[in-house]
Amino acid sequence: MLEIKNLHVQAGNHEILKGVDLKVNVGEVHSIMGPNGSGKSTLAQVLAGRETYRVTEGEVLYDGKNLLEMAPEERACEGVFMAFQYPVEIPGVGSAQFLKAALNAIRKRRGLEELDAMEFLTLVKQKIKSLGVDEKLLHRSVNEGFSGGEKKRNEIFQMALLEPRLCIMDETDSGLDIDALKIVANGVNALRTPERAIVVITHYQRLLNYVVPDYVHVLLDGRIVKSGGKELALELEEKGYAWVEEEARAAAQA
Amino acid sequence: MIAVTQERDHYLESFARFEKATAGNGQEWLRPVRRAAIARFAELGFPTTRDEDWRFTNVAPIAQISFQLAGDAHIELAPRDIEQLTFPGPRDIQLVFVNGRYAPTLSSPASPSDGLSVRSLAQAFRDDRDVLEQHLTRYAGYHQDAFSALNTAFMEDGAFIHVPRGRVVEEPIRLLYVSTATDAPIVTHPRNLIVLDEDSQAVIVEDYVSLDADVYFSNVVTEAVVGQNSVLSHYLIEQESKQAFNVSTLRVEQGRSSSVASHTVLLGGALVRNNVHPVLAGEGGTCLINGLFMGTGRQHMDNFMLVEHASPHCDSRQFYQGILDEQSHGIFSGRIIVHKDAQKTDAKQTNNNLLLSQEAQIDTKPQLEIYADDVKCTHGATIGQIDEDAIFYLCSRGIVKDAARALLLFGFANESLERMKVESIRKHLQALVAQWLPEGKLLEEVR
Repeated sequence: MLEIKNLHVQAGNHEILKGVDLKVNVGEVHSIMGPNGSGKSTLAQVLAGRETYRVTEGEVLYDGKNLLEMAPEERACEGVFMAFQYPVEIPGVGSAQFLKAALNAIRKRRGLEELDAMEFLTLVKQKIKSLGVDEKLLHRSVNEGFSGGEKKRNEIFQMALLEPRLCIMDETDSGLDIDALKIVANGVNALRTPERAIVVITHYQRLLNYVVPDYVHVLLDGRIVKSGGKELALELEEKGYAWVEEEARAAAQA
Repeated sequence: MIAVTQERDHYLESFARFEKATAGNGQEWLRPVRRAAIARFAELGFPTTRDEDWRFTNVAPIAQISFQLAGDAHIELAPRDIEQLTFPGPRDIQLVFVNGRYAPTLSSPASPSDGLSVRSLAQAFRDDRDVLEQHLTRYAGYHQDAFSALNTAFMEDGAFIHVPRGRVVEEPIRLLYVSTATDAPIVTHPRNLIVLDEDSQAVIVEDYVSLDADVYFSNVVTEAVVGQNSVLSHYLIEQESKQAFNVSTLRVEQGRSSSVASHTVLLGGALVRNNVHPVLAGEGGTCLINGLFMGTGRQHMDNFMLVEHASPHCDSRQFYQGILDEQSHGIFSGRIIVHKDAQKTDAKQTNNNLLLSQEAQIDTKPQLEIYADDVKCTHGATIGQIDEDAIFYLCSRGIVKDAARALLLFGFANESLERMKVESIRKHLQALVAQWLPEGKLLEEVR
């Protein structure tokens, strides 16, 4: 479903991703772990279409199509969703209005009938309940004045509503207490189906206790230096990243 | 200097003719005030950018045009001519003015039986002399301000609204000022007097619109006297022609425990000056001053707020938002004066602006003068561009970029509109704002 080949990315003159390779098949859950500054968020943003980053080499295929050529909104319509590490507050834009605009844009692209206000509300209320999100959120401006936990839950709620095929979660677990973490995890697990792939980018192993990945990758200094099964996450939790760095260095020298 | 003298002489000559023409109209009692006002104008002349209160606004474009008084030139409009300009509910009271003159056939005034007076000022000159003598020209000082002086000298028509004690008028009272094409540029001096007796409540909308893209000058003064424990919501909607000039002064005198909201939306006009001047004269009064100005082309929009706290325990809140595109220029001056006895004053001022082009310009200037020692005064201003992070966020959810932009701009403007509590007015303004946006059509789709 997603194939990243030798991806090099710069921000300004600084090279952040230095040749990332990754293949994600439909139905799989991958976790990308790594210390601060390793390029995790950059990878997520590039996949979502952020224009402040410059791809200098490599390619990204999504369902065989060139993802990097698509505008962010096209990617969304094609089923790519990134849960933001820092969701943006948008004062004055009502959540309900925003969600309806997004949902109908995507439905239109998929050849589905657009929902009217009533149909939309029915759907939204049903989804919102299943995620334990407060319905009042719909009457507030997008993310405005939300707590950190509310913002993250709101991302998962949007994900559930828009039903993407490729979910990318950028440190959705950071800063959450255990209750909020469980809500987020339940939301993600509910989306875990054979038609969908999920990429969980995280700094900590904790979320992976609840969203158990099929594969774990370690991103270090702009490259994926190690891949393994779910046990790798536990090992990283226990031992930190130093030993992986060491291994990578040794491999580079060899 | 010669030019400046000519500019003044034009108005002085005009006044001499005006006095002659209006002699014997029963307004002799006003003559000393009119004369004092024109004399004061002769001394002051038009302000220049050397005047601190006019630092950012050059009124030469107004001063240089020899505007003619609209006079009695009769212009016949049919109700359908103004249909698209107005949005009255079935029970609304509406006064329509065409080129400054009350148009009875287009208006639906208050029924005379219910104690509420809503009629033209020209009519009130005949019928309500007592109330007029008590209030008219008592608040909007013409001594400091050339435009108020001109209005005071030349005022002939406008609205007179008197809400009796204890009366709550729920339906908005609308004053629609329509300008139509004329042979030569005209000036009108609409004068509105609003008197709310104790414990009363009213919503009043002043709407300035144009049927043609013409050069003219609306020089408006509204005085509002809000009695003890009364509630006034005042709306000013300025949609003049893009070649027109509008100088409006709203002067509010607030009694004890009164509550006033002044909402302003500026969309039209080549050069617009919006003066809002409440005086919290009685203890425990509150006022909300809320405004939105949206400029494009070479529009110039100057908002001049002067909030006077003259009594203890009063609250004032100012929120102004500006969106400026192309080469437009916006100004927000927020002056708060806390007089010596106005202890426990709580005054707050916020001005947020979005600049959409390199050439657009905003000047924002807070000014606090505090003579009491136990007060809370805060002010803040922001100037920014459209938030690219927010655009990306919206796009990443499937919304096309232009629609995302429209949503953001509308959202920014809507913060101001959401403070307007009367739904019919708010919805009308939301539609006007959406029309203003270049991508407004997309907004219709996504809303």
